Amino acid sequence: MAKDISNIFSVHGLTKVYGEGEAAVHALRGVDLDIPKGEIVVLLGPSGSGKSTLLNIIGGLDRATDGEALFEEQSLSTMSDRDLTRYRRDHVGFVFQFYNLMPSLTARENVELVTEIADDPMDVDEALRLVGLGERMDHFPAQMSGGEQQRVAIARAIAKNPTVLFCDEPTGALDSKTGRAVLHVLNDVNAKLGATVMIVTHAAATAAMAHRVIHFADGAIRSVETNETRLSPDEIEW
Amino acid sequence: MSALNHKLLRDLWRIKGQAGAIALVVAVGVMLLVMMAGMLSSLVETRAAYYERYRLADVFAPVTRAPLSMLDRIAEIPGVAAVEGRVQGGALIDMAGQALPVRASAVSLPAHRVPKLNAIYLSEGRMLSPTRTEEVIVLQSFADAHGLRLGDELTATMYGARRSFRIVGFAMAPEYLFTTAPGEFVPDSARFAVLWMNEEALAAAYDVEGAFNEALIALERGARVEPVMAAVDALLDRYGSLGSYERADHMSDRFISEEIEGLRATAVVVPPIFMAVAAFLLYIVITRLVQSEREQIGLIKAFGYTDWEVSWHYFKMVLVIAILGALLGSVLGIWAGRYMALVYQKFYHFPFLVFRVDASSLMMGVSVSVLAASAGSLVVLSRVFRLTPAVAMRPPAPMDFSRSGAINERLKNWLDQPSRMVLRRIFRNPGRIFGSVIGIAVGMGLSSAQMSVLSGFDETLDLTFGVIDRSDVSVSFFEPMPAKTAFDLAHLPGVIEVEPTRGVSAVLRNGLHTYRGAVTGLVDQAQLNRAVNKDMSDIVLPENGVVLAKPLADILQIAPGDTLVVEVLEGKRPVLEVPVASIAETLLGSPAFMRMDSLNRDMAEWGRVSAAYLRVDSDQLPALYAALKEMPSVAGVTRREDARAAIETLMDSGAGSMRYVMVAIAAIITFGIVYNAARIAFGEQSRDLASLRVIGFTRGETAFVLLGELAIVVLLAIPLGVLIGYYLFFLIAAGFSTDIYQIPTTFRPEAYGMAGAAVIAASVLSGWLVKRDIDKVDLVATLKTRE
Repeated sequence: MAKDISNIFSVHGLTKVYGEGEAAVHALRGVDLDIPKGEIVVLLGPSGSGKSTLLNIIGGLDRATDGEALFEEQSLSTMSDRDLTRYRRDHVGFVFQFYNLMPSLTARENVELVTEIADDPMDVDEALRLVGLGERMDHFPAQMSGGEQQRVAIARAIAKNPTVLFCDEPTGALDSKTGRAVLHVLNDVNAKLGATVMIVTHAAATAAMAHRVIHFADGAIRSVETNETRLSPDEIEW
Repeated sequence: MSALNHKLLRDLWRIKGQAGAIALVVAVGVMLLVMMAGMLSSLVETRAAYYERYRLADVFAPVTRAPLSMLDRIAEIPGVAAVEGRVQGGALIDMAGQALPVRASAVSLPAHRVPKLNAIYLSEGRMLSPTRTEEVIVLQSFADAHGLRLGDELTATMYGARRSFRIVGFAMAPEYLFTTAPGEFVPDSARFAVLWMNEEALAAAYDVEGAFNEALIALERGARVEPVMAAVDALLDRYGSLGSYERADHMSDRFISEEIEGLRATAVVVPPIFMAVAAFLLYIVITRLVQSEREQIGLIKAFGYTDWEVSWHYFKMVLVIAILGALLGSVLGIWAGRYMALVYQKFYHFPFLVFRVDASSLMMGVSVSVLAASAGSLVVLSRVFRLTPAVAMRPPAPMDFSRSGAINERLKNWLDQPSRMVLRRIFRNPGRIFGSVIGIAVGMGLSSAQMSVLSGFDETLDLTFGVIDRSDVSVSFFEPMPAKTAFDLAHLPGVIEVEPTRGVSAVLRNGLHTYRGAVTGLVDQAQLNRAVNKDMSDIVLPENGVVLAKPLADILQIAPGDTLVVEVLEGKRPVLEVPVASIAETLLGSPAFMRMDSLNRDMAEWGRVSAAYLRVDSDQLPALYAALKEMPSVAGVTRREDARAAIETLMDSGAGSMRYVMVAIAAIITFGIVYNAARIAFGEQSRDLASLRVIGFTRGETAFVLLGELAIVVLLAIPLGVLIGYYLFFLIAAGFSTDIYQIPTTFRPEAYGMAGAAVIAASVLSGWLVKRDIDKVDLVATLKTRE
């Protein structure tokens, strides 16, 4: 059977075990999953259910103990560290709960950090405008609010024109108003750039804006739903 | 154990690398302090005890021949506590199996009593029996060098007569701590001997029966030395006084005094540098620790611990590091001091030299390190004190770089982002960077300056043979001989070229300033033994007048055009007035050069020579030596190769290994600073670095952001270190340079190169250690946690 090329990720029997023997923790217990290109995917589940672990493995930050993870038919499991770095550099954008901006660089420079090493980056001003930060591009992180910092982080993540954007609790540290604004940006990135967006979150309401919602529990996928009608971030209950 | 103490131990374990590096810097400082201070007090006390126990004279008064009755007259001089007369003369020892005779000093011992002054320490055998004239006691170091044994026969030429002696004892004496053959600078146990003999026998040999040719004088406590010397000189004047001199001008004492002064200066300068560096390191390390533990501090305070208890908790960490370093340093210092004591004892021929662990220097080492460490960290701890629980538990705002903005605009166009990160960190923390740069530069400067001094010594000695003295053999005469004698040497077997010289020992005087030295008369355009300045070009000797070495001119406070008074201490002892023609920078000693013919003219002794330099055919050396041995006028023969070998042995032993110690100094300071700076930068930036890796930066690109800062620190420090080293070198060279030897202050790239290489090697090692940690960073874990 020919593989479905429209899938950006294909995961088979993915297992991740931390520690050994009695102390072993099974973070992923043989996960199988296909993720089509161009969707917004929300991963839901309680802490320790394995959603972040999955994100880290298919994001090239961590390695699986067993099983296979394919990105556009290439196996991430067999890549060297160097190739994984290359993969992150060329294809992946990350957004984290705590922004992880370089405090010594301005908003614009934080974005340039990525455009300088990317193959086909977008214009820095464009990236910042997309997240609604055209005005404050010469400010340092210390001079910005949390929501602004997160938007810089998103601008930094999308400026390379990523194939996929991984967001781990992107609104976890934000109030509802800024949280919504951030989700708007993610929605736009998906709609305008066609990037696949994968969001890990505790906030179940976020699921309403996704094409696909994956529920995790105990290191396994409990269920996968697809939304026939998606809500705009403004309509999401916070 | 309390919970906080558990935390203390675990924290210490966690930062063991950094704590170890700081403790090492403290340890080196304390080691040097303990070693040098201990060595200093050991040397000073041993010397004092040795001088006192063997009653070394305070004043030495050589004279041609004075009747014994004069001793009573001297004893009557106010301030004189004791007087001893003795006979002293030059001798040549004919060692079996050695072609060249060895120069020796023969010294009398009273027959029926112990000497009142300048007693000897008999290390083996027995004292002379009063009735036996053929018995001798030999200087221990010479006996060791030649493997002599009690009962051995020894043949010596004294005053032209050959005589045989039997060795009954070996001895050391405080006046021969440092033994060099006359006219040489490097001690060589094998080529200079001292023979103690019965007074009567020696008086007969030197034709001074019923008389003495050297008076030894001890002063009463508190008596001033100058009036006594003046009175002694007046009394002995008509018996051919050669001018009395005090103990401090005695060659042996002068050399050891210089050593002591050098040690004292180093002990004052070097250890504090290490302490300052350690204080700085503790300051930055504790700052970082407190910063990263502010939440914990807030929590502990919230539990109800007082400000004092919390501050004390962190202060204990400083104390543990400082005290461990100080203890390690003390142990190393005692160990190194014991080793040094052995070297000194051998070099200076002390019968005993116990490295006394100076309790006060141990105390000082520990307390200075604790104080320095406290000074570094108290500033930080006051911050702990002020931190309220509520503030502490709030996350710190991201580091604000907006104030480093002044340079932002300029950076924009030509630097990539990682470089901007590096530069902004530097400009945000200029104090820390400045401290690191200064610390490394001072360590490197110290190291390169000391190495320059060492190679300065090498060069001086090297030049002595390569450029100044190009003869193969030098021959000295007992007394000035007619020029014909020197030219007779040309007919001896193997002699290719002869160059005569005339040396006259004299007191040089300019008003109240005097110097006991010599005037050296050289032939015009001398080739075998030249007068050169420190640039190695010939000093042109004028037809009239004297050329003085710079240190000599400084001592005499004399300038070209002034008149130098030369009180000649031999022959008819004329007093000459010679114009100073010029001042020259020389390397060795403090010579006063004149043309030989004009010196002889001024002395009214035409055509006299006191020594000659020979160039010879080495195949015929044995025949030449045999012939020289038969010449009664020859006082000494020195082969240049032997002198050179002695110097090389000396350098291979003590001085050479100092070089490695100096390199280690630069390396340890650099390692302490760079490693700590790198660890701290890593701690502060680990999240940033992990983010970079996530974004897709390679390990190398990520390491650049961290290590770029350190590379800049090191690159700034090296030129500054060269600069500091260069000026420090001038200071040290000026401090070490005396009228005995001068350190040539030429720029020595190799010293700076070695120190710089040590700095770079230590930096690379620290960088590598920290880079390993970058590579191990758990990307996921770092990103999930808040700083």
